[in-house]
Amino acid sequence: MIPILGLVAGVLLGLLLDPTVPLWLQPYLPIAVVAALDAVFGGFRARLDGIFDAKVFTISFVSNVVVAALIVFLGDQLGVGAQLSTAVVVVLGIRIFGNAAAIRRHVFRA
Amino acid sequence: MSPDPPVDPPAAGEESAPTDAPAAGEPGTATGGGTAAGRRRDLSAALLIGVLTLLLGFAFTVQVRNSDDEQVLAGAREEDLVRIVDEVSSRGVRLRDQIADQRSALRQLTSSDGESASALEEARTREASLAVLNGTAPARGPGLRLTIRDPDDELRVTDLLDVIQELRGAGAETIQFDGVRVGLSTAVTGAPGALMIDGRPIPAPYEVIVLGSPQDIETALNIPGGVVQAVGGRGGSVDVVQQPDLVVDALRPLPDARYAAPDTDD
Repeated sequence: MIPILGLVAGVLLGLLLDPTVPLWLQPYLPIAVVAALDAVFGGFRARLDGIFDAKVFTISFVSNVVVAALIVFLGDQLGVGAQLSTAVVVVLGIRIFGNAAAIRRHVFRA
Repeated sequence: MSPDPPVDPPAAGEESAPTDAPAAGEPGTATGGGTAAGRRRDLSAALLIGVLTLLLGFAFTVQVRNSDDEQVLAGAREEDLVRIVDEVSSRGVRLRDQIADQRSALRQLTSSDGESASALEEARTREASLAVLNGTAPARGPGLRLTIRDPDDELRVTDLLDVIQELRGAGAETIQFDGVRVGLSTAVTGAPGALMIDGRPIPAPYEVIVLGSPQDIETALNIPGGVVQAVGGRGGSVDVVQQPDLVVDALRPLPDARYAAPDTDD
């Protein structure tokens, strides 16, 4: 319940405030969002599996975001930022798919 | 990157609660406050999760909003920018080509439009003057009104033809003879006293309306041996009245050219 409320509140805040993303953050924000989405899906799956842990969720959330942003940052420094961010998005996308499949198995028993 | 669901049982979470939640840090009573600490831990965990998801929602919305804007370009990478500039410039070239094509098409259309308009205008004027000459359209303008009296029924076909010839020679542009328009193929027939023009009987006195230069025509009519004298020689008389505005409204049917076709290649 709380995560859903938090999401809704965040979306509303974003719509209301409508801030502009600072330049230095622009390459990292989309990657960070995808990484956080991955963490949320993982947390939801753990919840359904009955092994959800707030600490693990928090750490995985933060580290996911930081690591993803770091990879992209490194890539930018090395001149392969576009490719690396694509790679990060692909990997995270695969993980999101896997988690979504597990969630689906729980919800629909199929 | 290992946010996988924890493998540890929930008990592990309880142990790490103090480090996890700063609020629960100070008591540190593992014996008595078991349930209280657990509740506080639950609260702070919920708070943390709420904050994280709130951040996610916020960032998500901001990103979605932001990627709609053109502003994304400011944060784009160099290679992306190069690609974008490439696309934009090639699109610009294509659009410029299109503009040139459209411009030339427009120029062609307007010039041909102007040409056909002026050609149409010219054709209209020609048609109007030909219609007046031909007698298929009414005409008005300065001219003379002749009244030819023939009390003795002495005027013959040739006399009327002379009148018409004289008028034409003097520059008459269109002639109406007793309500009959005189045209290219007009014929004067009949016997004295029962003359006909184009097969229509004309009763004396003959009323002739002529459009043309009034002075020229009047002079031409009055020269020695001219129309006035000739008609007078047969016992008749001619009244000539100059008028600044006369109307010729008798019409001739447009003749059908059955054999002669216009020769267009000249």
